[in-house]
Amino acid sequence: MHRAKRSLLAASTGSAYSDGFKMTDTPRSVFPHRHLLGIEGLSPLDIQALLDLADQKVEVSRQIEKRKSSLHGRTQINLFFEPSTRTQSSFEIAGKRLGADVMNMAVASSSVKKGETLIDTAATLNAMRPDIIVVRHHAAGAVHLLARKVDCAVVNAGDGAHEHPTQALLDALTIRRNKGRIEGLVVAICGDILHSRVARSNMILLAAMGAQVRLVAPTNLLPPGFARLGFPTFTNMRQGLEGADIVMMLRLQRERMNGSFVPSVKEYFRFYGLDQEKLSYAKPDALVMHPGPMNRGVEISSDVADGAQSLIREQVEMGVAVRMAVLEALASHLPNG
Amino acid sequence: MGTKPTLFKNARLVDPDTGREQTGGLLVRDGVIQDFGPQLAQAADAEVIDCGGHVLAPGLIDMRAFIGEPGGPYRETLKSAGEAAAAGGVTTVVSMPDTSPALDDPAVIDFIVRRARDTSVVNILPAAALTKGLKGEEMAEIGRLKEAGAIAFTDGARSVTNAQVMRRALTYARDFDALIVHHVEDPNLVGQGVMNEGEFASRLGLPGIPREAETIMLERDMRLVRLTGARYHAAMISCADSAEIVRNAKARGLPVTCGVSINHLSLNENDIGDYRTFLKLSPPLRHEDDRQAMIEALADGTIDVIVSDHNPQDVENKRLPFAEAANGAVGLETLLSAALRLVHSDRISLPKILRALSTKPAEILGLPSGRLKVGAPADLILFDPDAPYVLDKRDLKSLSKNSPFDEARLEGQVTITMVAGRIVFDRRSMSQEANV
Repeated sequence: MHRAKRSLLAASTGSAYSDGFKMTDTPRSVFPHRHLLGIEGLSPLDIQALLDLADQKVEVSRQIEKRKSSLHGRTQINLFFEPSTRTQSSFEIAGKRLGADVMNMAVASSSVKKGETLIDTAATLNAMRPDIIVVRHHAAGAVHLLARKVDCAVVNAGDGAHEHPTQALLDALTIRRNKGRIEGLVVAICGDILHSRVARSNMILLAAMGAQVRLVAPTNLLPPGFARLGFPTFTNMRQGLEGADIVMMLRLQRERMNGSFVPSVKEYFRFYGLDQEKLSYAKPDALVMHPGPMNRGVEISSDVADGAQSLIREQVEMGVAVRMAVLEALASHLPNG
Repeated sequence: MGTKPTLFKNARLVDPDTGREQTGGLLVRDGVIQDFGPQLAQAADAEVIDCGGHVLAPGLIDMRAFIGEPGGPYRETLKSAGEAAAAGGVTTVVSMPDTSPALDDPAVIDFIVRRARDTSVVNILPAAALTKGLKGEEMAEIGRLKEAGAIAFTDGARSVTNAQVMRRALTYARDFDALIVHHVEDPNLVGQGVMNEGEFASRLGLPGIPREAETIMLERDMRLVRLTGARYHAAMISCADSAEIVRNAKARGLPVTCGVSINHLSLNENDIGDYRTFLKLSPPLRHEDDRQAMIEALADGTIDVIVSDHNPQDVENKRLPFAEAANGAVGLETLLSAALRLVHSDRISLPKILRALSTKPAEILGLPSGRLKVGAPADLILFDPDAPYVLDKRDLKSLSKNSPFDEARLEGQVTITMVAGRIVFDRRSMSQEANV
């Protein structure tokens, strides 16, 4: 069943791959990576393959019978060093729908609290012979470190302010399904870009897929040097939104609101919060996204968040589909896969 | 505008913007300068003022005055400050946010703007706090404060010691094209110091303030400006090394300007003499060599503006042992006369000194005033640069009388001060009243 599934997959995306990959007698995987550690390092074809596969998973998830068996017998560990509700449950549902045995490792009750190092934790988990580990960690680069110490596939569910690849993939899927394309779209990423792994992954992915990415934020929340990477930056939100097809808002952490990076919530919402007035500067058919969880009245007004242009709920649905696609693509490389 | 047109005739017109001087007339209509030139001597419906060859120039713009409203109305109110300013030829005053409460809230800025408009005869433009409560910890709401009418952002008499806070505030201010004005004096190096560190302080037995309290903070700020690109104005410098720092920064093209107080151009530490607390200032009066360096830096353009650093203190705060007395001196009413000393001693030309008192501050603040130009606001002063007088502090309109120039011989006094086409001070009518 599993093998059949894979070749079906390969066939369905064959056209996309015909340039880069020769189809041989033994059908090779459409996704040639052992881990998913970031968007950086993926080719446009890799991304497209995952999005195509995720499209199928959307259909699977909308059926009454959602269970598939492509991960049957596999063990998936969700290792979250940072609390997360939506990402963790999204990965859990994705794994379960594919038939994997999913185990959530809550850090609060783990040996990490007792002083175990990240590498020791990795070695311990590795000895339990999992097939896939999904990791979130507060330190940039921690997931890469862990991936070097285990034999199984590793999925980055967010490392510090570095990358959050499945979020970027689900955002891309949401955009592609609503706009029919990614290439040529003007995407304004707005808010706390400095601390955002979502922004970094999205910038890389959207640029690779041919979108025009703009950054909108007060300079204190822009990573120094990003302007020189060729991303137009705007400190005036109205100017930054002008002509945008997609307005992607980011969450502002509470501890950054009161005078450290920006003066206050009131001031931030006044100049950088997305309300109907500022949204009117974007294209009339512009769509609004937010990775959640939202701070209503801080970075986005309720009427925009719940309005007709909002894709925020749909992003959550796409999250499960994208994570199913990622898990399945990685599982195909596992020994005996 | 309901005011009648005014024609100044037979005036010595000095435009500090262009440096041009000419004899002629100037016509004010609807609150603005409508025309001026050598030929202008008549206007049908205008009230005519014969200037008798005295100087007609743009009104002074003072970038630094402390006013006690709200919180200390016994020291100075917006109304009394306005009257003092008008008597001194100052037509625009930037008020410092060191009030109670501090000017760190858009609602308080709005209050000052309205109250000044209703009670003051000159323009009073509030500078808002750069950090909340002037504490130097969290940046204030620069965007909203600017919308409410804040002309600049400063912690007034305090320095922001935390470089990270200063960096972020400068960065944020740049996004809003806001001007940062900073008092450069490291409070930790000031410590218990109460006057310039050196021989004289040692003889008086007073703890000193090293020049490095100023230069280290100023040098740090130059590097932060280079990092952030923000518009920065050092409120006041007081020593030769500081002038050198600003000179170098300007040579490197940094967007920096700086001021000097009239006190540091006019006085030195020796004037403290017998523990005169009216000369206890922040930064402290320095050595005579530093004063000379300030004059040179003003002449070569390193120093952009002269401020009064008007800081009214009541008797209770000044009639104390020197170390315990409050800092500050009033200065609005003596700003012009004291500055003219440098003209009379041939250290600097009249247009140049007026430039540092009007055109330059207008440029830095983005105001249309500060120049003789058709269409510019009719904020004007008429003065006889040679009129001698001895300052009697009882004549001061300021509610506080802590003037370091009390009983000093001065030359040059304002006859008429006009704001937006309205005469707000007229010494001629005063002397008439005195004669009656």
